[in-house]
Amino acid sequence: MAGASKAVADSRANLPFVYRQYSPEQLRQVLHKMYLIRRFEEGAEECYMRGLIHGTMHLSIGQEASAMGICMPLAEDDQITSTHRGHGHCIAKGTEVSRMFAEFFGKTTGYCKGRGGSMHIADVAKGNLGANGIVAGGIPIAVGAALSSKMMKTGKVVVSFFGDGANNEGAFHEALNMAAIWKLPVIFVCENNGYGMSTSTARSTAVKNIAERAAAYSMPGVIVNGNIFSEVAEASFKAVERARAGEGPTLIESKTYRHRGHSKSDRNRYRTKEEIEDWMANRDPITLFENELRDFGFIDDQGIEVIRDAVAQEIADGIEFAKASPAPEIATLENYVYTEQT
Amino acid sequence: MDAVMRELSYAQAIQEAMAIAMDMDERVFLMGEDIGVYGGAFQVTGDLVERYGTDRVIDTPISELGGAGVAVGAAVTGMRPIFEFQFSDFATLAMEQIVNQAAKMRFMLGGEVSVPVVMRFPAGSGTGAAAQHSQSLEAWLGHVPGLKVIQPATPHDAKGMLLAAVADPDPVMIFEHKLLYKMKGHVPEGHYTVPIGKAEIRREGRDLTIVATSIMVQKALDAAAALEGEGIDIEVVDLRTIRPIDRQTIIDSVKKTSRLLCVYEAVKTLGIGAEVSALVAESEAFDYLDAPIVRLGGAETPIPYNPDLEKATVPQVPDIIAAARDLVKGVR
Repeated sequence: MAGASKAVADSRANLPFVYRQYSPEQLRQVLHKMYLIRRFEEGAEECYMRGLIHGTMHLSIGQEASAMGICMPLAEDDQITSTHRGHGHCIAKGTEVSRMFAEFFGKTTGYCKGRGGSMHIADVAKGNLGANGIVAGGIPIAVGAALSSKMMKTGKVVVSFFGDGANNEGAFHEALNMAAIWKLPVIFVCENNGYGMSTSTARSTAVKNIAERAAAYSMPGVIVNGNIFSEVAEASFKAVERARAGEGPTLIESKTYRHRGHSKSDRNRYRTKEEIEDWMANRDPITLFENELRDFGFIDDQGIEVIRDAVAQEIADGIEFAKASPAPEIATLENYVYTEQT
Repeated sequence: MDAVMRELSYAQAIQEAMAIAMDMDERVFLMGEDIGVYGGAFQVTGDLVERYGTDRVIDTPISELGGAGVAVGAAVTGMRPIFEFQFSDFATLAMEQIVNQAAKMRFMLGGEVSVPVVMRFPAGSGTGAAAQHSQSLEAWLGHVPGLKVIQPATPHDAKGMLLAAVADPDPVMIFEHKLLYKMKGHVPEGHYTVPIGKAEIRREGRDLTIVATSIMVQKALDAAAALEGEGIDIEVVDLRTIRPIDRQTIIDSVKKTSRLLCVYEAVKTLGIGAEVSALVAESEAFDYLDAPIVRLGGAETPIPYNPDLEKATVPQVPDIIAAARDLVKGVR
C-alpha cells in the first residue's frame, strides 16, 4: 500500500490542477458531493412524480462539476447567490440534503420553513444567500455583499452564479460594471448550459462566448469546460485569489449542459434526442471525474461503491426526515414578512 | 432653558438625519446618483461627501436597478445603506430589486435574514419637470407586503422618520415631495425618532376629517384655516405612513367628525384614498358617517408640462375648501 501511495504522490506533479492542489480524501469527498447533488435531484424528481412535492423545479443534472468546482476554493464564510437551478450550488456550499428535502416538501424543518421551496432555497449560515426566481436577480445582490465585505474588511469573497439567460438582462451589465469600478471581491459565474429555457445562446446572444463580455467591464473573462471538475476548480481558485488580493472581479463562463428540461413543463422540442444522449453518454461530469480519479489511482471500484451506497442512504434518510417533519400551521401564514420586534 | 426653536428646511432636516445616522453607526452609508460632489439633484446630501468621504457617500453609475440591488445585497450582509433615487419616477427601473428582492427576501428565506435598507424617493409635481419626473408612485410600493412606505410632511418628521427608518430592520421607502424640500419648520437638535406606522392629528376639529398625505397635509391645513371663518371645524390627519397604515387613528377621527375627505396627490383611482375610504367603510366608523366619503386625488392623466395644466392636475387649496364645504353643508 505504501508503494501505491508513493506512486500516487510522485505522479501528482504532472496531473491536472485539483490533483496537485487537494488531498485524495478531499477529492473523494468531491465525488461524494457530486453524487449527492445528482441523487438529490433524482430523488426530488421522483418525489415530484409521485405527488409528494408540488410546484415545479429546475434540475441541474449534468452540471454538478460546475457547482463543485466553483465552490471548491471557497471558505465556509464566503458567500454565494444562486439561481432557480441552484440545488447543486446549495449542496456544494455545504447544505444538508435532509433540510433541503424538507423545504421541497414545504415543511417547517426546511431551510426556509416551507416558505421558499426549490426556487428560493438558501442556507445563510453556510454563506448561501439564496436561489432566485428572477433571472439575474441575484447578481446585483452579490455585488452588494461584496461591497459589505470590502467596507467591513471581512475578507469574504462572493460568488454569483447565473445562467446564460441572465447575460442578456440589464442587471448583469449594471452589476458587472459596478463591481469593476469599485474593484469588489466578487466572481461572476455564468453556467452556460446552451439554452435560456428553449432559446439557444446562438439565437439570444450577440457574442459567441459570454466570457467575451468581461472585456466591456475590464475584468478577466475565462472560459472553462464546465463538465471537467479540475478545469472549473482551477479557474475559480485563480479568481478567488485575485478577489482576495483586492484586484477585483472575474467573469467565468462554465460551459455545460442540463440533461433534463428547463422545468417540469418542458417537452424538449428545441433540442434533439441525439444531442442530449451525446452529452449524457460522452460528457457526463460525474463519469469524467470518476474515471480520472480511478485512472490516477485516487479511488478504486470498491471505493466508488462505498460512496454510492453512502449517498443512497443519505438520500433515503433525507426523504424520510422530510416526510416525518411537521407542516407549518396556517396561523403562521404572515410570519417573516417583517422582522418580529419584541 | 429649552433650546430656541431652531428652524431647518425639510432638505436640511434629512441631511442632518443622515449625518447623525452615520455618526452613530459606522454601518450606515449613502449611495445614489450624483450625491457626492454634486450634492444630489435636490441638494439633500449637500456637502456630506466632504465630511464622510467617498467611501461612505458613494456616487453610483446611472444604474438604478443594479444600484438598488447592491444596496439590498449590502443590507442583507450587515450594512445599513441609504439609497437615493434621483427622482421617484426612476423606481420604475428598479422595481425588480425593490419588489421581488428587498420586500420578499426575509419571507422567502423563512426569517433567516433581514433587509435593513432605506430608499429615498424625491416625488411629486409642481416643478415643471413634466410626465417622467413628477409622479407620485408611493401606492405602488404600498401594495407590497414586506416594504414599509412613509411620506413625512414636515421637516420635523422628515428627520425623525428617516432616523426611525435607518434603525428599522426592514426595507423602508421614503417618499419626499420635492416642493417640501424648501419648507422650513422646527427641527430639534440631536437624535430623535418619529415612529413608522403612526398617523398624526395636525389639527383637531369636529365637523370633518381630512386624511391627507405629504404636501397635501399643509394644503389641508390651509383649507381648514380658511373655513374656520365659516364656522366649519376641520380635523386634519397626517397619514405619514401608508404601509403599515394607522387604521385606528383614522377610524377614531371619523367616529368623532362623521365625515371623511381623503386628499392626496397621486392619481385618484386605485390609490391611498381608496384604501382609507374602504377601511373606514369596513369599520365601526361606517355607522357614524353622515355623508358619502369623498376623495380628492390627481387627475387621470400624466403630469403635463404647462404650469397651469400642471397645477390643475393635483388638488389645490381651493379644491379642498370647496370639497370640504360641500361635505359639511350636505351638498354632497
